[in-house]
Amino acid sequence: MALTLTKGNEAIAEGAIHAGCRFYFGYPITPQNDIPEYLAREMPKIGGTFIQAESEIASINMVLGAAAAGARVMTSSSGPGVSLMQEGISYLAGSELPALVVYISRIGPGLGGIAPTQGDYKQVTSGGGHGDYYTIVLAPASVQEMFSLTIKAFELADKYRNPAVLLCDAILGQMKEPVEIGPRPDFKDISLPDKPWALNGNAGRKSNLIKSLYLGDGEMEVQNWMLFDKYNKMKQEDTYFETTDVDDAELLVVAFGSCSRMAQTGIDMAREQGMKVGMLRPISLFPFPEKAVAELSARIPKVLVVEMNTGQMYKDVKVNLDRAADIHLYARPGGGLPTPDDVLEEIKKIY
Amino acid sequence: MSEIITPATDPKKIMGRPKCLNDVTFHFCPGCNHGNVHKMIGEAIDEYGIQDRTIGVAGVGCGVFLYNYVDVDVLEAPHGRACAEATGINRVHPDKIIFTYQGDGDLAAIGLAETVHTANRGENITVIFVNNTVYGMTGGQMAPTTLLGQKSTTSPYGREFMGDGYPIKMCEMLATLEGTAFVARVACDTPKNLMTAKKAIKKAFKMQIDQMGFSFVEILSTCPTNWGMTPQQAYKRVAAEMIPYFPLGIFKERTTADYM
Repeated sequence: MALTLTKGNEAIAEGAIHAGCRFYFGYPITPQNDIPEYLAREMPKIGGTFIQAESEIASINMVLGAAAAGARVMTSSSGPGVSLMQEGISYLAGSELPALVVYISRIGPGLGGIAPTQGDYKQVTSGGGHGDYYTIVLAPASVQEMFSLTIKAFELADKYRNPAVLLCDAILGQMKEPVEIGPRPDFKDISLPDKPWALNGNAGRKSNLIKSLYLGDGEMEVQNWMLFDKYNKMKQEDTYFETTDVDDAELLVVAFGSCSRMAQTGIDMAREQGMKVGMLRPISLFPFPEKAVAELSARIPKVLVVEMNTGQMYKDVKVNLDRAADIHLYARPGGGLPTPDDVLEEIKKIY
Repeated sequence: MSEIITPATDPKKIMGRPKCLNDVTFHFCPGCNHGNVHKMIGEAIDEYGIQDRTIGVAGVGCGVFLYNYVDVDVLEAPHGRACAEATGINRVHPDKIIFTYQGDGDLAAIGLAETVHTANRGENITVIFVNNTVYGMTGGQMAPTTLLGQKSTTSPYGREFMGDGYPIKMCEMLATLEGTAFVARVACDTPKNLMTAKKAIKKAFKMQIDQMGFSFVEILSTCPTNWGMTPQQAYKRVAAEMIPYFPLGIFKERTTADYM
């Protein structure tokens, strides 16, 4: 199949079309504007709907309405916008509705800046809004994965009736890479699940109700345990990660997203110098590859977490680490980029 | 006045529970108008025969339990966002009849942006706005429609325009937007006003059926519990204090879908 040079944000938008998403609601914010711009242009050509909403709050609630109506639906945003969306994401989780939120991170807190960061890891992997819930979080590391994981995220959202987040950053969103994107499938050829719970009028059935309010004594506890079971099922069936050069490794680097690309080059340089270094790259940040961390760190006693924040994933690695293993952190928050040389230096310090 | 439905099974019966209202007791307080409004919505749905293609969106407040009473598909929206949810549903199912049911805090305070922009887009939905000048479910706090001088739990000395601002007139505001097709304010305090209210609610649904755009009915309603009044006193207050500030009538009525 032919490769096309594609921008990360546009690969996501095209991935959504391939996934059968025909409804997009969003609000402009840098560095993700290529997504709404692409879909504003393409959706009308394929019978889809694009609405530029009055805010991210309105966007996510339009998403909620369309999801309740049974559609495959998405929005996209960045830090300040996703913060506003947390209300709706909590309601999506509470109402058990599938939808995709694409998150192209920019530095924060506050207005911050438009440079890349992984500082939103903590927000997305802990749910983000109020209540005892989680979203599925997938973190691509290449433009190709931005395409394929967009489709995967829609499928997982439907499988679990739960919102999914595709967590990327300004580097991934803005960079171009050669990617393999097949021809657009016809909508009728895309396999979409039945949604008997959806709201489409009660003709021939009892009325459907979608809600998150449970006032009865003990009802909400039952609801929370039901969600807990769902998250456990995600852990068992849909935890994704990639390992490279771990078989003989004496040091394990853990990094995700764009940061893993820079770390990988540092690892390759270390290998050239005779150091046995491997990589664990979490692809699903929720569910987090807990078992992989535990098993690899039992075998590889030194672990280096590299991330573009002050050490957010570090905590998830540490809590799952083998007791005998040593853990180190190389952190670059606020738009700081770890170069391969930086990573190599860190590897040398602890190897 | 709309035609009276006479069930074929009992030719002597001239009125009763609308078919699409569940046979359960309302949880509303004595003297509250929510029950009247639910019944009028139910009658409108029955009379147009649209029960199996109607989708309701319940706002947060005393109206959230819409789904216990009206037997149609219902989505419970976050506080204030019902118009955004209705927009999402409408874009997925443009052939369905979609209505929101919202109170004054929900629609005119926290959800003002969603309301105004949904109206401005001319979204083909119907909004039922119950204005009782107070937050009912949370215990009687000041609403954006609380009248000047009115005491509430968060305006214990009475609302003052210096600091609290004036009560918002939603119909007047929305009527200025090109996207609105029908905007009316009605009340439930007298049999005559109830009949007019029923006509307005029916008209709003008819506008949507005819694809005319955004239709909006504000219903001046009572909240005896939070007003600290008997039902009788509350009904009198609607005429004495609310209608003079919130005048009744049709503020906009599109005759053709000329926004297209």
